[in-house]
Amino acid sequence: MSTITREKPKPAKAIPQPTWNRHLVAIVVLTLILIPAPFVLPAAQQAVAVRVLIFALMSIGWNVMSGFGGMFSFGHAAYFGLGAYTSAWLLVNHHVSPWIGMLAGMVVAAAFAVLVGFLSLRYRLRGAYFALATFAFAEMLRLWATNSDFANRAVGYHVPLRPQASWWYLQFDPASANYFFVALGLTVAALTGSVFFLRSRAGQFTQAIRDDQDAASALGIPVMRYKLFTMALSAAITSVAGAFYVQYYLFIDPDLAFGSGASIQAILPAVIGGVGTIWGPVIGACVLGPLSDMTATILRNPPEALSFLQGRGGLDVIVYGVLLIVIVLLLPRGIYPALRQRWSRK
Amino acid sequence: MTISQLSRPSSGASPDDGMTDQEDKASSHRPNFRRNVRRGAIVLILIVVALALAYVRSGSVAVVTQAVVTGILTGGVYGLVAMGLTLIFGVLDIVNFAHGAFLALALFVTFWLVNSMGIHPYLALAISIPVMFGIGFVVQRGVLAGAMGKPLENQLLITLGISLVIENTLLLVFGGNPRSVPLPHDHALPIFGAVADLSRVLAFVGALLLAGALYLLLQRTRLGTAIRAVATNDVGAQLVGIDTRLIYAVTFAIGTACAGAAGTLVAPLVTIEPTTGALFNIIAFVVVVLGGMGNVIGALVGGLIIGVTEQLGGLYLPGQSPLLSVFIVFVLVLFLRPQGLFGRSA
Repeated sequence: MSTITREKPKPAKAIPQPTWNRHLVAIVVLTLILIPAPFVLPAAQQAVAVRVLIFALMSIGWNVMSGFGGMFSFGHAAYFGLGAYTSAWLLVNHHVSPWIGMLAGMVVAAAFAVLVGFLSLRYRLRGAYFALATFAFAEMLRLWATNSDFANRAVGYHVPLRPQASWWYLQFDPASANYFFVALGLTVAALTGSVFFLRSRAGQFTQAIRDDQDAASALGIPVMRYKLFTMALSAAITSVAGAFYVQYYLFIDPDLAFGSGASIQAILPAVIGGVGTIWGPVIGACVLGPLSDMTATILRNPPEALSFLQGRGGLDVIVYGVLLIVIVLLLPRGIYPALRQRWSRK
Repeated sequence: MTISQLSRPSSGASPDDGMTDQEDKASSHRPNFRRNVRRGAIVLILIVVALALAYVRSGSVAVVTQAVVTGILTGGVYGLVAMGLTLIFGVLDIVNFAHGAFLALALFVTFWLVNSMGIHPYLALAISIPVMFGIGFVVQRGVLAGAMGKPLENQLLITLGISLVIENTLLLVFGGNPRSVPLPHDHALPIFGAVADLSRVLAFVGALLLAGALYLLLQRTRLGTAIRAVATNDVGAQLVGIDTRLIYAVTFAIGTACAGAAGTLVAPLVTIEPTTGALFNIIAFVVVVLGGMGNVIGALVGGLIIGVTEQLGGLYLPGQSPLLSVFIVFVLVLFLRPQGLFGRSA
């Protein structure tokens, strides 16, 4: 967590960052390990794996803005929802391929992020005010989508089923491993993107701005431009998760897309894994995804003592909430930095 | 963003008046007065324009009167909720995302008291206020005390976790079906050419009475003085022998009790669902920012303004959710007057 404070930036040597190449090698190795996963896992576990990847993708996007950029967003639902709605709208009303819809969603989400960012930065919102502003914009989109014929009101969109599987329309048999491969590809791309962003000039400038805006500005870094770029990149990554979500679950409505639940799902993995680290969102997603599946299973077939919980909802979110509180209190910087510290001490 | 800046006295009626610098008060009395007159005039003009616009849009005086009466009556309750939230913000410097969840908890406590114990909805206040006070105290001591002085994001995440736990525990225990608390002998009353339910009028009166009691508590008692002292300067307060940790817990408990009281008061008016609190949470944030973070009287006035805005917004943007206009006002206030209507610019 300390990485997103502006008051007391911790020196970077507290967490020794591996060299960039090691990050990239780790990504490649992990991908190679995961490729055969769908042939090993049973179908139910495969759904969990896809869920983990969606969590990770959303949170990698959030992490770019809030972790690397230091701008705490409480409204990433806006970008997730714009990605989902843009691709769903294009597909349902104009039969445009979800791949193109995904790109369009990235553009729309990035444009919206630039708008929100410009207004917020122009009026110098910081800290709580900034978080509340991002939240307000997401809620405005939710209310607008709920009450506009243009966005199909509260009904949202159902993706029409196709007679046969199609890569172009990103629709396969529900148990197909292709969904996993697509999600894996998108997540790996986002992860690689965030590594390249961090080591690029823009990424270095962004972190400099996060750590000390005045100093960065005095050195001639155009603060506004890099902040807006970071927000746009972050929004684009999260919007991809939205577009994929629609194709996988075949359904989207205003609450799922723009509700605060989506924002929370973008925040949680990064906070649990480690805000402002490359691997934090992935580790957090690996914790959250199976957890949500386990709690759902418990509610579906509760043990004898908890039989009154049969068919009730909410247990998964209670577990998230407790986990969130415990992590923030005990491991405020997240799992990944804590692990690294332990390893490097040995 | 320090506590003393946020709780800086604003207009003449601020609760922090007693804490003001004497010479500041004496020397700036006259410009203060002139500024207040000017501000009052602007607000008055805005109100007239808003009412005229509402008349033009709806074409009926009766509709506008009804909207204003309903808005003011509802706004009183918003004010009470927001007073608790702004008090917590001013003293503990915490953005409390769990405030609405506490209100929802009080709704269900009231529901349970009325339906299972047969207690009159308003007598339930005598139980719900102390219960919520106790819960607030325990939550602050048990969970939030460990995060005092940590970065804003940490506290926001913890309160978010608390709200997730409360809301979903309610969902788990009571299920998602909407419930209601019937008020015996509820009927419509004519007020200034409009009609309002007795329950709404009683909620308004009750909220105002409790708000007045809170104001007196803050202004006239030793405890209130101690709370204001901690809000203005916690280190100074500690130096003169105030147990600041106790004050933090008591303040959080008072704030939670405000949400609890409001929850019981509105129980006959709203559909009781675990998510009802989220709506009040959003509105309370808008009101708190409007009134100036940490300004208790500002919160009450802001509540009335937002109550009317919500109703008139339904007339301006027919077919859209009334909340949309609340968010538009919120964003405008965030951008144009982040210090609130009654605060002076930093």
